[in-house]
Amino acid sequence: MIVKRANLTLWERLFLPTLLGGLQVTGKHFIRTVFGGKAVTMQYPEQKWVVPEGYRGAPYLVRDQAGDTKCVSCQLCEFVCPPKAIKIIPPGDSSLKADRANAEKTPKEFEINMLRCIFCGFCQEVCPEEAIFLQRDYSLTGETRDEMIYNKEKLLALGGTHAGVQKWKQKLEEAKGQETFPVKD
Amino acid sequence: MENVLFYIFAALTLLFAFLCVANPFSRNPVTSAMFLVLTMISMAGLFVLLQAFFLAAVQILVYAGAVMVLFLFVIMLLDIKEEERRRFSRFSIALGGVSVIGLGFILFKTIRESKAGEGLKLVAVKGSDTAALGKALFTQYLLPFEIVSVLLLVAMVGVILLSKKDLK
Amino acid sequence: MEAIKQFFSGLSWEQEFVIFTTLKVCIVLFGAVLPIVAYAVLVERKVSAWIQDRVGPNRATPFFVKYLPVVGPILVRLGIFHPLADGLKSFLKEDFTPAHVRKVYFWIAPAIAVVPAMLALAVIPFGSKLGDQKMVIADLNVGILFTFGIISLGVYGLVLAGYASNSKFSFLGGIRSSAQMISYEIAMGMSVIPIFMLVGDLNLSKVIAYQADGAWLVFKQPIAFVIFLVAAFAETNRLPFDLPEAETELVGGYHTEYSSMKFALFFIGEYTAMIAASAMMVVLFFGGWTLPFAGLNESATTFAMGLAHIGIFVSKMLFLMVVFIWVRWMLPRFRYDQLMDLGWRRFVPLALVNIVLTAVVLWALHPK
Repeated sequence: MIVKRANLTLWERLFLPTLLGGLQVTGKHFIRTVFGGKAVTMQYPEQKWVVPEGYRGAPYLVRDQAGDTKCVSCQLCEFVCPPKAIKIIPPGDSSLKADRANAEKTPKEFEINMLRCIFCGFCQEVCPEEAIFLQRDYSLTGETRDEMIYNKEKLLALGGTHAGVQKWKQKLEEAKGQETFPVKD
Repeated sequence: MENVLFYIFAALTLLFAFLCVANPFSRNPVTSAMFLVLTMISMAGLFVLLQAFFLAAVQILVYAGAVMVLFLFVIMLLDIKEEERRRFSRFSIALGGVSVIGLGFILFKTIRESKAGEGLKLVAVKGSDTAALGKALFTQYLLPFEIVSVLLLVAMVGVILLSKKDLK
Repeated sequence: MEAIKQFFSGLSWEQEFVIFTTLKVCIVLFGAVLPIVAYAVLVERKVSAWIQDRVGPNRATPFFVKYLPVVGPILVRLGIFHPLADGLKSFLKEDFTPAHVRKVYFWIAPAIAVVPAMLALAVIPFGSKLGDQKMVIADLNVGILFTFGIISLGVYGLVLAGYASNSKFSFLGGIRSSAQMISYEIAMGMSVIPIFMLVGDLNLSKVIAYQADGAWLVFKQPIAFVIFLVAAFAETNRLPFDLPEAETELVGGYHTEYSSMKFALFFIGEYTAMIAASAMMVVLFFGGWTLPFAGLNESATTFAMGLAHIGIFVSKMLFLMVVFIWVRWMLPRFRYDQLMDLGWRRFVPLALVNIVLTAVVLWALHPK
């Protein structure tokens, strides 16, 4: 579509209407801010922003309602992570056993370098076990680089318990409801 | 005091003018242009010593402030590297020599024929007074003034004609 | 006191001139111009914040604030200590010279940007008299031409900075500034001609005396004032004409490659030019240090009145500086062709018409 630009009238070409309009707008905001105390600024370290529910900040590991580690060390998140912030050491031959019954493995070490993490949420999206979630922390600080590499204990402690759907419990119930029961108790 | 200042400004003018045309340290045209600006400014200093404040101010305003900025503008848009490589040709040296001889002759003749201190008296009466200067330009020297104006007009028309792409 | 008086009466005219001129230069420069520059930056930040619904700088808290019971927190909230922090920061920052620059020009360009703006203040009468001393550093007969000449030299700082930086953004900034300043110098110079036709003298003190006798020239020459005001915006590279440093197009324009105190010098130069332009407007259009009541039109006879005159001049000047700052947040930047169009095809003809009109009116009123 071609919009034809109307020619300016002589009055408009004098710049006076725009000048007065600009003066009016800026003056209104000036008076409102200075005398009305309507500044939108938040005094950050003293006042903090209340993060809404569902905000996607830093990714942490979560436990299920039974308090077991959900992560099964499949390394999909490590693979998908665009800035390569996640590092997982699988259990390997070690005798490390998973906390819960339906998992074969649990990670020996799980590290997220928060200096690299870009809060993109790919790890949460790709996780088959719903073990990692982007949570509400957005301002992570530390005094050294090492401090900013969060290990498994720290991530689990910060992540807390996930109160949502319990995938494996649901699967079990679905299976029990079927006529032929394929899962051993 | 004024004598000392005169020698300082005269020396500076000559030094800057020399560095403008034959700088042993750099063949960068921008440097030459900047030395030309400094030459203009030190010449303005000489005008002040002659009590010709108006001329001094105009010298700085027009030459140093406007004309030389345009010079710089054009020089910066040229290919400076090529300019730096270029050497003197025999023709340009000959042309320069002719101009130096001609100018030197006029200068020598003027200095010989003028009496010392006469011009200064005239300046002291008229030069510092802007109104008198204006009156002189528009009465006594009206014809040269108008000819110069027409010359500038012709130059302006010529530039417009040359820079216009298609003439209708 | 007596000893001081004796000392001054024993001096020759030249010695007295040198001493008082040095004193005036030092006081004006370090006592007025540099603090005004520092606080103009603060006002700029605060006004911009308030216009944009923010609170602006309110954090810098030096150690002695806790000894000031009520005033201290208010001063901190107004950001009074921020200019000190800004200055300190500029000095302490690393002075980085990129490898690709032309060193000599890169070093002298910031100085060339500052010096003309400060020199231009020399001829401006900022008060009537303190004691026997006229409150102007150099009372030249061609004051206005001097100012224009010196201000026109200010462009070299920007052009050389653009050239020396050897980067395309800086270069474009330098080219733009040279074209812009030359264009608007013409409109500016022609806009003041009617004033001198009315006054009949180029001396700025005479211009003030003329306005003290009659109405301020802003009422007699409104067209000249508008042209001068707009040209002053263009000459000082302020928005809406800040094309040489247009952030959205040229990163930082001519000072893209500069850091630390060299960058700060460009800043000081810009604000000093703003002070000079405001001071020129006060002298040319707003009656200088005079006020048309309470006998303030006369040259001062007492010390207190001399100070009052300086105060009047400075307040008028600060008012105009706030106008400069306010307009920055009011209007969007002009496009380059619009800028040239406005300068050459609107203001130059308008200024010429104004000259002719003034001449006709003068001829009609005082036929010889």
